[in-house]
Amino acid sequence: MSTATMPGRSTPHDTRTPHTSGSARRAGFSPGRALAWLYIAGVVLVTIFPFYWILRTALSNNYALATDPSSPLPVGFTLGGFERALGISSVAEAQAQGGSGASLDTALFLRNSVIYAGVLTACIVFCSAIAAYAFSRLQWRGRNAVFSVLLCALMVPGILTLLPNFVLIKDLGLTNTFAGMILPGAFFSAFNIFFLRQFMLGLSTEIEEAAIIDGAGPLRVLFRITLPMTAAPLTTLTMLTFITTWNDYFWPLLVTNDDSVRPLTLALAVFKQSSPQAAPDWAGLMAATLIAALPMLLLFAVFGKRIVNSIGFSGIK
Amino acid sequence: MAQVIEQGRGRARGSTSGRASAAHRHDGRLALILITPAVVGFLVFFAYPTVRGIYLSFTDFHVLTPPKWVGLANFRELVGDDVFWHSLRVTLYFVLLSVVVGVLVSLVTAVVLHRLTRSTVIRALILLPFLISGVVAALVWSWMLDPQLGIVNVVLNKLTGHTVMFFGTSAWAIPSLALISVWKSMGYNAVLIFAGLQTIPATVYEAGRIDGASEFQMFRRLTVPLLRPILVMVVILSVISSFQVFDIVQVTTKGGPADASNVLQMYIYDKAFSQFDFGYAATMSLALFVMLIAITFTQMRLARANESDLN
Repeated sequence: MSTATMPGRSTPHDTRTPHTSGSARRAGFSPGRALAWLYIAGVVLVTIFPFYWILRTALSNNYALATDPSSPLPVGFTLGGFERALGISSVAEAQAQGGSGASLDTALFLRNSVIYAGVLTACIVFCSAIAAYAFSRLQWRGRNAVFSVLLCALMVPGILTLLPNFVLIKDLGLTNTFAGMILPGAFFSAFNIFFLRQFMLGLSTEIEEAAIIDGAGPLRVLFRITLPMTAAPLTTLTMLTFITTWNDYFWPLLVTNDDSVRPLTLALAVFKQSSPQAAPDWAGLMAATLIAALPMLLLFAVFGKRIVNSIGFSGIK
Repeated sequence: MAQVIEQGRGRARGSTSGRASAAHRHDGRLALILITPAVVGFLVFFAYPTVRGIYLSFTDFHVLTPPKWVGLANFRELVGDDVFWHSLRVTLYFVLLSVVVGVLVSLVTAVVLHRLTRSTVIRALILLPFLISGVVAALVWSWMLDPQLGIVNVVLNKLTGHTVMFFGTSAWAIPSLALISVWKSMGYNAVLIFAGLQTIPATVYEAGRIDGASEFQMFRRLTVPLLRPILVMVVILSVISSFQVFDIVQVTTKGGPADASNVLQMYIYDKAFSQFDFGYAATMSLALFVMLIAITFTQMRLARANESDLN
């Protein structure tokens, strides 16, 4: 926030450059270091264990779970949990393995999530990028005044706008539509504009000016030069926005009450509520949980390093 | 903020030199086109709802009929509403637990990790819970903390002979929710703090070592003061997000048992969407909003967030 005064010249990877000399750290074995490693191992274990436990439970037979609750391996190994979560097992089969007979139309919810998170992310990143260009490169009267007004939104937590936005979407007749879910977040994000503008200000203007002298219009400069040079922060914002939207629960909960547009995160919570309270179908639930988390886990496997660096980067800005 | 704008102005002036300035003649029209989506989004889905939210908090509004102006009636109701004050206490307890524990664990983890290794893999691993939704986190923890079959209780039972109803007893409901929240946000905060640690020059520590400072003294006298700006940011972000906690509560306790975890956002949601009392829900949102703004500014003041000792 307030540390955001340095120009965004560095790329996310710069934050990894070691500023300290390695010699002090490579100081061999000592009890203190062993203890420190032990602590880190503990933290990593606590972080990772629940993910393993999801997998272990999802591959178990729900009835057999009760017989050996502390077994580190799946109890009565079966893919039944996944079949129930995907709605491809018959009701009788599902109940035989401890399911409620309720199923999750995962394919539909997955499609909904992809549309919701995909369209919203594409719109907001594009709108923020062109606005950031106008705020960092173009000369026009009132530029800084307009930017300051937009920046106010950074200070305001979302809570105040949630209910009135719901009323607005309802007045427009857009509840239970993708438009109603996407529109409020599709055009304006103070953080995105601020973040991209900072980065663009840090870019050298030489190439752009050369292009302008060669007769390129500002629009051509924007799409052919500035945006390609901003690829790294654009990727960062795309990932972060996609993750946040995919995981969003509250807003879809407000504007949808119909399976046809519900995203997976919301459907999962509903699936939990349809599971019997006394003896829930934990195997089925964990299988559904794993399916819901899978896209994020895949994203993580591919971009994990990049996400780590970009979060550190966004924090320092 | 002012500095940022100042800097933009300076750079812009620098680039208008020479022949390039001619190209800026038509910038105004293009700029208008480029900022239109953002400005429209700002006006329609941010400014208007903010004003409308404030207006609705002075009305009696049940969605289907137009709002009716009732002046301060909602605010009077708020002052005398025991459930609201109880919710506020519950929320504050949750915020206190999750922020204090969360920031402490993140700080220690980041500092220890920074001393040991630059491995991005370990940082990526502890970041994992940040990427999954609150619903997924709440589901897996409600399974692991299940009174009969949950692994935590099975182990507890073997060690102590007792089990704990983590979500079923008033005393445990909020600490259990705070545990989920800390588990989910710890990695993110640690990565932010780690990035802050990388900006501290090694010379500072070398000087400390020459002066004979111990590891702990250097942590207290050097690391923490130099990290202040990023620590303040982490605390403010954590406070704001934990004040608005909702998904993990709705999936696990639904505010129970007996309102023990009925956090503000939960109560607001309940008022608006179960009792359709939108006017009163808007009043509570406004109250929560004012509190968050006040807390943010107080924290920034107290911590002198704008100054870093590095400069």
